[in-house]
Amino acid sequence: MPEKKEYKVIGTRPIRHDGVDKVTGRALYGADFHTAGLLHGTVLRSPHAHARILSIDTSRAEAYPGVKAVVTAKDLPAAQDKIADLGEGAVNLKYLCDNILASDKALYKGHAIAAVAATNAHIAEEACALIDVAYEVLPPVLEVRQAMKPDAPLIHENLKTGSMGETADKPSNIASHLQHKKGDIEKGFAEADVIIEREFVTGTVHQGYIEPHNATALYNPDGQLTVWCSTQGAFTVREQLAEILQYPISKIKVVPMEIGGGFGGKINVYVEPVAALLAKKSGRPVKVLMNRADVFEATGPTPASFISVKMGATKDGKLTAAQTRLDFEAGAYPGSPVGAGAMCIFAPYNIENVLIDGYDVVVNKPKTAPYRAPGATNAAFGSETVIDELAEKLNIDALEFRIMNGAKEGVKRADGPVFPRIGFIESVEAAKQHPHYTSPNGKKHHGRGVASGFWFNIGLASSVTINVNPDGTINLVEGSTDIGGTRASIAMQAAEVLGIPAEAVNPSVVDTNSVGYTAVTGGSRTTFATGYAAYEAAQDVKQQMIARAAKLWEVDEKDVQFADGEFSCINGKEEQISFRDLSARLGETGGPVVGRAAVNPPGAGGAFATHIVDLEVDEETGKVEILRYTATQDAGKAIHPSYVEGQIQGGVVQGIGWALNEEYIYNAEGTMTNASFLDYRMPTCLDLPMIDTVIVEVPNPGHPYGVRGVGEVPIVPPPAAIANAIYDAIGIRMTELPMSPDRMLKAMGKI
Amino acid sequence: MQAFEYVAAQTVPEAVAVLDEKGQHARILAGGTDLIVQVREAKLAVDWMVDIKAIPEVNILTHDSQNGLRLGAAVPCYQIYDTESICENFPGLVDATKIIGGTAIQGRACVGGNLCNASPAADSIPPLIVLNATCVIVGPDGERELPAAEFCTAPGQTVLERGEMLVEIKIPQPPSNSSSYYLRFIPRNEMDIAVVGAGAAVTLDAAKQKIVSARIALAAVAPTPLFAEEASTLLAGREISEEAINEAAAAAQAIARPISDMRGTAEQRTHLVGVLTRRALKGAIQRVLDA
Amino acid sequence: MARKTHVQTQLNGEPVEFLCEARQSLLEVLRDELHLTGAKEGCNNGNCGACSLILDGRLVNSCLVLGVETEGKTVETVEGLAAPDKLHPIQEAFLENAALQCGICTPGFIMSAKALLDTNPNPTEHEVRYWLAGNLCRCTGYDKIVRAVLDAASA
Ligand code: FES
Ligand code: FES
Repeated sequence: MPEKKEYKVIGTRPIRHDGVDKVTGRALYGADFHTAGLLHGTVLRSPHAHARILSIDTSRAEAYPGVKAVVTAKDLPAAQDKIADLGEGAVNLKYLCDNILASDKALYKGHAIAAVAATNAHIAEEACALIDVAYEVLPPVLEVRQAMKPDAPLIHENLKTGSMGETADKPSNIASHLQHKKGDIEKGFAEADVIIEREFVTGTVHQGYIEPHNATALYNPDGQLTVWCSTQGAFTVREQLAEILQYPISKIKVVPMEIGGGFGGKINVYVEPVAALLAKKSGRPVKVLMNRADVFEATGPTPASFISVKMGATKDGKLTAAQTRLDFEAGAYPGSPVGAGAMCIFAPYNIENVLIDGYDVVVNKPKTAPYRAPGATNAAFGSETVIDELAEKLNIDALEFRIMNGAKEGVKRADGPVFPRIGFIESVEAAKQHPHYTSPNGKKHHGRGVASGFWFNIGLASSVTINVNPDGTINLVEGSTDIGGTRASIAMQAAEVLGIPAEAVNPSVVDTNSVGYTAVTGGSRTTFATGYAAYEAAQDVKQQMIARAAKLWEVDEKDVQFADGEFSCINGKEEQISFRDLSARLGETGGPVVGRAAVNPPGAGGAFATHIVDLEVDEETGKVEILRYTATQDAGKAIHPSYVEGQIQGGVVQGIGWALNEEYIYNAEGTMTNASFLDYRMPTCLDLPMIDTVIVEVPNPGHPYGVRGVGEVPIVPPPAAIANAIYDAIGIRMTELPMSPDRMLKAMGKI
Repeated sequence: MQAFEYVAAQTVPEAVAVLDEKGQHARILAGGTDLIVQVREAKLAVDWMVDIKAIPEVNILTHDSQNGLRLGAAVPCYQIYDTESICENFPGLVDATKIIGGTAIQGRACVGGNLCNASPAADSIPPLIVLNATCVIVGPDGERELPAAEFCTAPGQTVLERGEMLVEIKIPQPPSNSSSYYLRFIPRNEMDIAVVGAGAAVTLDAAKQKIVSARIALAAVAPTPLFAEEASTLLAGREISEEAINEAAAAAQAIARPISDMRGTAEQRTHLVGVLTRRALKGAIQRVLDA
Repeated sequence: MARKTHVQTQLNGEPVEFLCEARQSLLEVLRDELHLTGAKEGCNNGNCGACSLILDGRLVNSCLVLGVETEGKTVETVEGLAAPDKLHPIQEAFLENAALQCGICTPGFIMSAKALLDTNPNPTEHEVRYWLAGNLCRCTGYDKIVRAVLDAASA
């Protein structure tokens, strides 16, 4: 193990830089934006889950007093060009555009059909009701296995299954098929003494961020389009707007406002292009806000899925083979996270023979979007339940079984990559030694379960500039929207390099005209990649400051050393100057110092987590109460431990919600009947205990401070851990999510 | 949200006059926690909202052992559970007021509104029924009184005629050795609508061994909250026993006519009626034993 | 255009007058008319608590209060909590405990917590969780929020 490095700033818990604004209500989120002459836009949505749009008549709405503009898909340039442009990319562009405003078919209840801008939101809503749409209602396809049947109604008449480079000749709802193979699956099962094969079903769930989507757009007479919105990535909004509106990227400025949660759901655009169209037509700034029902019905939840898992092991506990089939609902347009699920499902284990098949299937539900480790939670519910069952059959402690088979450096995943140094075994060891795991667990109807999870994390591009102020502080300019304290975790990495306190950094998240390209805040990449950029930009500052000190002392740059915030001369001259004092002398040594870095780091280290849960089952009502929860996770290096703990706790609780109550409930017509916070039932604080966290630190060799992304993996283990604990409590294996009281009662044979 | 007019009535006759004049397009605004949502979501068309919170009669909250509890129709939930003598004498009602919405809802929502909203799942109605509450209704033709059990007629529908308003709820002082209990089943621990709710009131004999009388009422298992008459009467004169309680639970299950919706299935609800009836009875009995 | 009513109210200690339609909620009036955007809209139907504030000393969801109802009343919002040079102890505790991630739920939680500590200065963990159950947070898992409120209570 590499030596533990000593840090001054990293690993401490400073107050986050945006904290005061956020506790005083001063921070401006997207919906808080206001400008003179502002109009309010409202979207008319399809009442049908599957329908052909025969005609749209907007004349009554246009004539309504207070209405300033009405738009439909006809106002989208790309949608008109779709037939001329049927290449791979162009097809996707049609999907992209059609999801903003439906052109020919409404593919889910809530699909946007038209929009109105008016002097206030109430008038816009009244005018929406005056838009006459004629539909031909078609039978909806609402479930993945139903959609895969050869005789299922087709959602896209031209969609043909792509399978490993080949395209089928007949249209189908199966958009694509992928496969990963390792070793010889038949041989692997032949070597096994115990084989478990199970089928699992998971429901559609939503990220559930508290802030609805929003966007305000303004066109200037010179053609400059400005969009203020809450997004995980201002640059991706700019790209999508340029494509959808067929508008030059150089004429679009996206201003990221504070964002009230995303979890993957605020990467795709929804109301941004609509606001832009309305702004163009009306000549006024237009703000479009979703309401909560819109968020459930018309943004991207994460898919329902059907999963089969078969795993085999020898009687001394060695996993010999693992096979899965993952059928994922993409929603109305292709693109479920089945690929990511396939990458993650068996990743924690060193298994010689693996076969993974994944299917991406369209259904009449909103187009799915990423949700925190997209695909991995669905997949792990299956695999980690089967692992538990194998361990039980083999009479091996469930954590010991994971250690015996755990992936380490050098192990090749079924989808190809070979692991560098990873911390899976360490996360399991931490759980095994935790007082929670060693405490007694024997009460009636109480159960304890464990499960592990993997998420690969991503790198991607980030840019940072640093300006040195005369008082020794720095202004750090970045493009990563701050959803959970990343201003702090990025600033701390720059501060560490420059030997200054975290408080001496002023981080700002700026618009797309004011910083270099930066990919989304997602994939657990921000503290890793934008932190990396901050590190590099700070190194740049350091080098320039060394040059200034050299100039001041009239020595060679190589004779200047920098340590602990002090520059000193190492050629015998007794010279020393602090970062702060040197900052005051920039004017006389050549002018301002600006450090910069643009990175695209390849070494995002994968993240592993292992969770322990204790729960109680009310055998009469089927209700599950979480009594105690402990999550261990390899964070590589926790820059700001409080926010690492917070990510783990938040992910765990989303996983608990997914496990126990959250799901989209549909009626036969394809209407979601629980599109409110009341009936979608996310956990409240009264449903939970404190969530204990153990941060394991196995440094990521791909980052100067060893950072691994931490945000996503904590959502992966909870459903499986809870299912395993339910089994421990009442001896029943739950195979369907959520494990809601009615499903529990059914499984227990009470109803 | 549709446009509407707002009137803050100062007296009962003033409110009644507006209600009478505007008919079904006028609605009373008290806590607003149901009404505002329903109008915003276009589930209800309202042209007039008549705010009654300034009217003294609907804010009355008094309790004494002679007259029992007088509860103005617009008294918010928190005032009920913040009043010690109500907690002591009408714990079943207090149980309900503590679980209607969250704390912020309880700052506005009132029992009168819960009745007038006439949801089959209304939490406060089963306790009102088991506590023998009476509704005081005032209209253009004067005042009338009606048992709480008869107030709701269908989902969202009540006995109120044009121009009538609920002014007060009266609950008689329970006899000695009595108590009440309300609970509901929800998948979360708060902020949910009852999948099933069950309220019970019991009076025990002086030795606290026999049930002198009992009343059981249910929520979310029929178009209106239900008084479980047979389940109630069969307990009168019985020793406290699992057997008696189970019989009552079975009788309660027999009258449940639940539907399946996004909050629960019919089978689940019928099953829960049994579970919750037992728990409500045991809860009420335990409270007498603990007193 | 619907008729507007003139309303006078006491907002964060100052008399305020505004014009609003009967259908405008207090939340809407604060955000759109008075440009006080500390109270947030998460659901607009009383199920998330992001719009929580204190009306005549009592915690309410401002999305379920009409603007016209506040005539002659006292409204306290998150903007009125801190002194010019000092945060309120609850605000301090939220910062110290890292009790926010995205922060959209934070003003609601802080107002809710204030209403709690005003009535019950020494709540148990269960009392805190019960009181705050009407406030949803999707980021934190509530652990650090509950700790912050308990900390603010003992401060
Ligand atoms: S916005 Fe008022 S409770 Fe959600
Ligand atoms: S911090 Fe994001 S919802 Fe609470």
